[in-house]
Amino acid sequence: MASGTTATGIGKGFGQPGEVPGWVNNALLPVLNLAAALVVSSLVILAIGENPLSAMEVLLYGSFGYPEAIGFTLYYATNFIFTGLAVSVAFHCGLFNIGGEGQAYIGGLAIGLVGLAFGGMPWPVVAAVAIVAGALGGAAWAYIPAYLQAKRGSHIVITTIMFNFIAASVMTYLLVDVLIAPGQQSPESRQFDQSTWLPFLHEALGRVGIDIPNSPLNLSFVWALACCALVWVFVWHTRWGYEIRTVGQNERAAVYAGISPSRNIILAMAISGALAGFVGLNEVLGVHHRLILGFTGGVGFVGIAVALMGRNHPVGIVLAALLFGALYQGGSELAFEFPTINREMVVVIQGLVILFAGALENLFKARIEALFRRTARRPAAAG
Amino acid sequence: MDYLTLLSVLDGTVRTAAPLVLAALAGLFAERSGVVDIGLEGKMLAGAFAAAAAASVTGSPWLGLFAAIGAGILLSMVHAYATVTHHGNQVVSGMAINILVAGLTPTLAFAWFQQGGQTPILQSGERFESIALPLADTLGGAVPVLGPLYREVISGHNILVYAAALAVPAAAWVVYRSRFGLRLRAVGENPSAVDTAGISVAGLRYQALVICGALTGAAGAYLSTAQGAGFVRDMTAGMGYLALAALIFGKWRPAPTLFACLLFALADAVQIRLQGVAIPGIGIIPVQFIQMLPYVLTVLLLAGFVGKAVAPKASGIAYVKER
Repeated sequence: MASGTTATGIGKGFGQPGEVPGWVNNALLPVLNLAAALVVSSLVILAIGENPLSAMEVLLYGSFGYPEAIGFTLYYATNFIFTGLAVSVAFHCGLFNIGGEGQAYIGGLAIGLVGLAFGGMPWPVVAAVAIVAGALGGAAWAYIPAYLQAKRGSHIVITTIMFNFIAASVMTYLLVDVLIAPGQQSPESRQFDQSTWLPFLHEALGRVGIDIPNSPLNLSFVWALACCALVWVFVWHTRWGYEIRTVGQNERAAVYAGISPSRNIILAMAISGALAGFVGLNEVLGVHHRLILGFTGGVGFVGIAVALMGRNHPVGIVLAALLFGALYQGGSELAFEFPTINREMVVVIQGLVILFAGALENLFKARIEALFRRTARRPAAAG
Repeated sequence: MDYLTLLSVLDGTVRTAAPLVLAALAGLFAERSGVVDIGLEGKMLAGAFAAAAAASVTGSPWLGLFAAIGAGILLSMVHAYATVTHHGNQVVSGMAINILVAGLTPTLAFAWFQQGGQTPILQSGERFESIALPLADTLGGAVPVLGPLYREVISGHNILVYAAALAVPAAAWVVYRSRFGLRLRAVGENPSAVDTAGISVAGLRYQALVICGALTGAAGAYLSTAQGAGFVRDMTAGMGYLALAALIFGKWRPAPTLFACLLFALADAVQIRLQGVAIPGIGIIPVQFIQMLPYVLTVLLLAGFVGKAVAPKASGIAYVKER
């Protein structure tokens, strides 16, 4: 399952004539695949009787057209950076982590419990504890499927899916029966003490004299960017990252090199789950300030698309997360503007992006690469 | 638990098992040909929507069934195009189909029927009705133990339940006794041998996925036009994944897969019975914990009792001729 990892190594193997410039693989092909996904999305919009061009215009304006929109786009992107990084770390180990949704949910639960318990404490303390708690919660939820895969050979794709369902049931129980605020009808916990809230970015920047419009964008965005740097260092510049990638590339070779696949499977999944758990930082501690039912809303699945489009590299993941953040924010604008379009249209576009960027990534590849080899050879022959 | 309660649990088991069996057999054909199909869930959901939409518009459940099969095959062909023709990642492709359908079905339902992402409720002529087998009532009253069993559990289902029951021996025959089945098993184990013998690997996989799509479509049609009366968003609720787990638990063989499906369905039927019932020594278990029973069971079974489940060797690997 190294669909993403092979992309970086293409053109360097034996018997591969000529190099294809890196930007073809890392920029041109994703853009082409994205364009194909948008063309098919347009067909869907046509099928439900709307004009695709004006829909795309609303989508674009709704996501980047005015300052508040950009704040919302970045706020959604924060979640997708976390889940995209989560999926990519597992991918580097050859694992397909579909459980980001459940891991984010349980990580968020841990963060919510910190928020409830640490009322009155200053936010930096709460945030630090919450980061640890969220990481532990998410990692714990990823650990069991990882253990079962590593030691018992259970299929990790199926066990992580089952753990999504189990997490949803557990959270429903906790919010309906245990954590529900007294005298409250809807299943949500009481609001955290205001001192524990992660500052919104417009507040934080307002204090140093920079004015940006109000939006749910908060400091967890900064932590998301920090996580990108940490993942980059971890995967490519530490011994653990090297071992994980070795297991992902060739498990048998890893065994010969004295690297334990089972230990690395568990390590990669625990880190993956921890990253997914940080979604709670943005949603629970940053925006809702309470535990609510279903605050993850499918971000774990979007992470798959983000990792695929971002070629499992943090820089790519930030860009892909921005794209999906824009889709989300623009999509809600779309549902607002057009009576026949609802928010699920965004999920359709997401699915198509996963299809074209992930499963059909070879659709244009051979043709484009052949094109570039031909044009690259010509000047060499002339000289 | 008295006998009639037991029978009603078994009856519920059969009802829940039918779509699982159809979907698991669909997965069996795909995986035996060497294509992992995690998109069963999405294809079922698409089938459920297509069946309900077509039945609602035309008034015929049979046209609904055809539409569902068509939708299933169409999505299977997308999967085949991505994974067989373009050697794409099979799990990613299946996941893409699941997400796409999860968004597409409510979007289309919202736009076409304006009922908040559902189809209109199907009237009695637009659904598959239950069929009373001959002499069900007479035997049910006259014969002591087997009579009620016949009346309650075996008789009184819709045609798709019986079709699912027949599909198991039919699938076993096709897989183990037909020429197509021999080639199917070969292409899942060693595609290059099949290729060397001059048979098209891609062709076989496409055929297997057509069967897979038709079966998942029928499984979806069961949900919306036989068991339920219309399409509700996300109505498959993980059934496609359970079917896949049943397939692994059944070690990619039709009869054991059937029993795995029955086991999951039994867990579900018991789950419904257990809701709100006080269990001696434990008390009332919160409903959410009971509802997660089939999922927990899946994890436990996959972790403990399958043993070393050996998938078809070529399963999950794209066949590239030059390799």
